Amino acid sequence: MATTKIEANTKIHPYKMLLWVGFGSIVMMFAGLTSAYIVKKSQANWLEFDLPNLFWFSTLVILVSSFTIQMAVKKAKEGEMDQYRGFLSVTAILGVTFIILQLRGFQALELQNVALTGVRSNSAGSFLLVIAGLHLLHLVGGVIAIAVISLKARAAKSSTNQVLSVELVANYWHFVDILWIYLFVFLNWVG
Amino acid sequence: MSHEAALHNHEGHGHDDHGHHEHHDTFLTKYVFSQDHKMIAKQFLITGMVWAVLGGLMSVLFRLQLGYPDASFPWLESILGKWAKGGQITPEAYYALVTTHGTVLVFFVLTAGLSGTFANFLIPLQVGARDMASPFMNMLSYWFFFIASIIMLSSMFVETGPFSGGWTAYPPLSALHDASPGSKTGMDLWIISMALFVVSSLLGGLNYITTILNMRTKGMSMTRLPLTIWALFFTAVLGVLSFPVLLSGLILLIFDRNFGTSFYLSDIYVNGVGALSNEGGSAILYQHLFWFLGHPEVYIILLPAMGMVSEIISVNSRKPIFGYMAMLGSLFAIAILAFLVWAHHMFVTGLNPFLGSVFVLLTLLIAIPSGIKVFNWLTTLWRGNIRFTPGMLFAIGFVSLFISGGLTGIWLGNAALDIYLHDSYFVVAHFHIVMGVASMFGMFAGVYHWFPKMYGRYLNNSLGYIHFWITIAGAYMIFWPMHYQGLAGMPRRYFDFSIWESFKQFAELNRFISTVAMIVFATQILFLINFFYSIFKGRKVTVLNPWESNTLEWTTPINPGHGNWPGEIPEVHRWPYDYGKDGHEFIPQTTPVGEDESGTH
Repeated sequence: MATTKIEANTKIHPYKMLLWVGFGSIVMMFAGLTSAYIVKKSQANWLEFDLPNLFWFSTLVILVSSFTIQMAVKKAKEGEMDQYRGFLSVTAILGVTFIILQLRGFQALELQNVALTGVRSNSAGSFLLVIAGLHLLHLVGGVIAIAVISLKARAAKSSTNQVLSVELVANYWHFVDILWIYLFVFLNWVG
Repeated sequence: MSHEAALHNHEGHGHDDHGHHEHHDTFLTKYVFSQDHKMIAKQFLITGMVWAVLGGLMSVLFRLQLGYPDASFPWLESILGKWAKGGQITPEAYYALVTTHGTVLVFFVLTAGLSGTFANFLIPLQVGARDMASPFMNMLSYWFFFIASIIMLSSMFVETGPFSGGWTAYPPLSALHDASPGSKTGMDLWIISMALFVVSSLLGGLNYITTILNMRTKGMSMTRLPLTIWALFFTAVLGVLSFPVLLSGLILLIFDRNFGTSFYLSDIYVNGVGALSNEGGSAILYQHLFWFLGHPEVYIILLPAMGMVSEIISVNSRKPIFGYMAMLGSLFAIAILAFLVWAHHMFVTGLNPFLGSVFVLLTLLIAIPSGIKVFNWLTTLWRGNIRFTPGMLFAIGFVSLFISGGLTGIWLGNAALDIYLHDSYFVVAHFHIVMGVASMFGMFAGVYHWFPKMYGRYLNNSLGYIHFWITIAGAYMIFWPMHYQGLAGMPRRYFDFSIWESFKQFAELNRFISTVAMIVFATQILFLINFFYSIFKGRKVTVLNPWESNTLEWTTPINPGHGNWPGEIPEVHRWPYDYGKDGHEFIPQTTPVGEDESGTH
C-alpha cells in the first residue's frame, strides 16, 4: 500500500529503532528481576549453590552463535546466498543447542537436589528458573525469527530484500546474547 | 492560505493517490483490523468509553452501599443475583467492585483509553507522518488490549467472582487461591488480562517513541514539536520502562500461585488452611516491583492530559504557550522523578525511616516541575483573548483539579503525615482529584477539541457546557468532603461504616457523596449521547482549521484518508505557538518565516 510506506527522515530505519527501544524495555524487565534477586538474597533463608557446568557450555554456544549470525549478515550483504543460508542454519542449530543445554542445566540442578519449584523450593533456585527461563523464551523468539527469514531466504534468488530483516534478527540475537552474558555473570558472581 | 498551497503544490508529481485508495478497503480492514492510526485511535477511544461506563457504574453501585448501608434495593438483586442477596450488595461483591473499578479505570480507561487514543491519533498527525513506524504492531497493540478487556470482563461472570483484593493485587490475597473467593479464578483471569495489557502498552509505546524520533516531517525539529507530542513521548518512555517491571512482578506471582515457589509467600497462617509450607517469601518484594510501575503509571495517566491541556489552552487563549522550554524541562523532570519515588506508597511497610526520608525528599521535589507547569498554564491564560469552548473549559478544569489534588500530594508525600493518613479517605480524595478526575478532564478536553478532526463534525456545545459544569461541580462535591473524612481517620476499602461510633457522624455526608456521584454519572450519559449523536448527525465541519490552530493536523483534509495528506507531507518552518505574533492572530507551522518577521522559535 502506498499510503503506509515508511518515510524515514533519518538514517536509522524505523524498524531498527523500534527494536532498540524494545531492548530498553526488555532490559527493564530483567533489571526488575535481578534487583528483586539482590533484595531477596540479602534476606534470611537463601540457598547457596553453584551453577552446573552445562551453563558454561551454553554460554560458549551462544557466543559462537553471535559470530555465525554476523557472518550471515555479511554474506547477505555480499549477495552470497548459499553461504548466507548456511550461516543462518548454523545459527539456528546453535540456538537450539543453547535451548537444550539450558533445559539440561535446570534438570541437573533438580538432580543436585536444588528444587526450582514446588514446596521444597528455595527462592534462590526459583529465581534462577524464572530469570534464565524468561531469557530462554526470548531466545526461542530469536530462533523462530531465524526460521522465518531462512524460509524467505530459501525462496529468494537475491539477498537485496533480506538485508534489513537479517540485520534486525542479528541485532536481536546479539542483544539476547549480551543479555545472557550479563545474567550469567550476575548469577555466578554478583547475585 | 499557505497550508492549502502546501497541500496542492505537488499534485503534479503523480504519486498522490492516497486519498482514493480507501475505496479498496473492506469493512473488515477499514473498521476492524485497521492499520490506520486514526481508526486505531477511535477503537481505543470507544473501547475506553465502554470501560469508563462500566467502571463508573461499579462506583455507583459501591457508593450506593456506602451511602445507604441499611437500605435494601430489590432491583439490585435482579441484576446482580447472588452478589446482592436481599437487595444489598454483599461484602465480597463490594470488594470485587472496588478492585475492578480501580483496575479498569487506571489501566483500561486512563492508560489505554487516554494515551492509546491520543498518542495514536495525534502523533502522526502532529509530527507530519503518514502513519506510525509500524502500523501492523499498532494494530496488534489494540487487539491485545481488546483481548485483555474481554478476559477482564469475563472474570465478572465466573462462579467465585472477579478478583477482590484491591487494584494493587498485593500478596498474599493475590497469591493464595484460598485467601478469598476472588483469589481463585478471578485472580487468574486478572493476571492474564494484565499481562496482555502490558504487551499492548509496550507495542503501542515502542511505536509512539519511534514515530516521534524517526518519522517527523521536514523542518519538524524536536523543539518545534507541540507539547502534546512531548507529553506523549515521555508517557511512552515511562510505559516502556516501567510496565516490564510490573510484568516481572506478575510472573513471580504466577509462579507463587501455581508452582509452589516462595517469592512472596512465607509460612503465614491462613484461616481454614493452616500454616503454609512456603518459606522465606516477602510480600513487600511484590510491593516494590508493583510500585516501581505503579508510580510512573500515575504520570502515564497524567502526562497526556498535561500535554493536551497545554496545547488547548494556548490555542484558545490565542497566545503562545508561556515557557515552552520550561514546560518541556518540567515534563522531563517529572519523567525522571517518576522512577525515584515509588516507596512513598510504602511508608507503612516497615520501611527504614532513613530511606523513607530520601523518598520524602524526592517526592516533594515533584512539586517544583508541577509548580512550573501550573504557573505556565496560568500565565498563558493571563490576558489572553480566551475562547471558552467546551474543550477549553475542561482544560481549565484540569488545571484547577491539578492544583487542588497536587496540594494534598505535598501532605501525603511527607512520611510523618502519611503514616497517619495512609489508607484513609484522604488518600482516596487526593488521587481521585489529581490523577483520576484531572486526567478524565484532560481526556474530555482532548475529545471536545479534536472531535472535528476525528469525525469531521462538531460536538454540540450546549450539551458540552452542561456536561462540564455539572462534572466539575460534582467532582469537587464528591471528593472535597472525603478529605475531612480521611482526616477524621475514616479508612478506605471498608464495606460499612455505620457500625463504628466514630464514623456515624459521616452517615449523611456519605449519602450526599453517593447522591452526587449518581448525578455526575448520569451527566456522563449526556456526553455519550452527544458523542454518538454527533458522529452521525453533528454539525458538519466546513473549514480545514476550525480552531484556527497552528499545528499540522489541521492542514489535512476535513476527513483525512489513510496516509493523512493527499499530496506530499507539508514542511514545517516554525514552532507551533505563533499566536498573536507581528499582528497575525495565528501563523500555522507550515508558513515560511517572513523576511521582516520578529525573532522566531
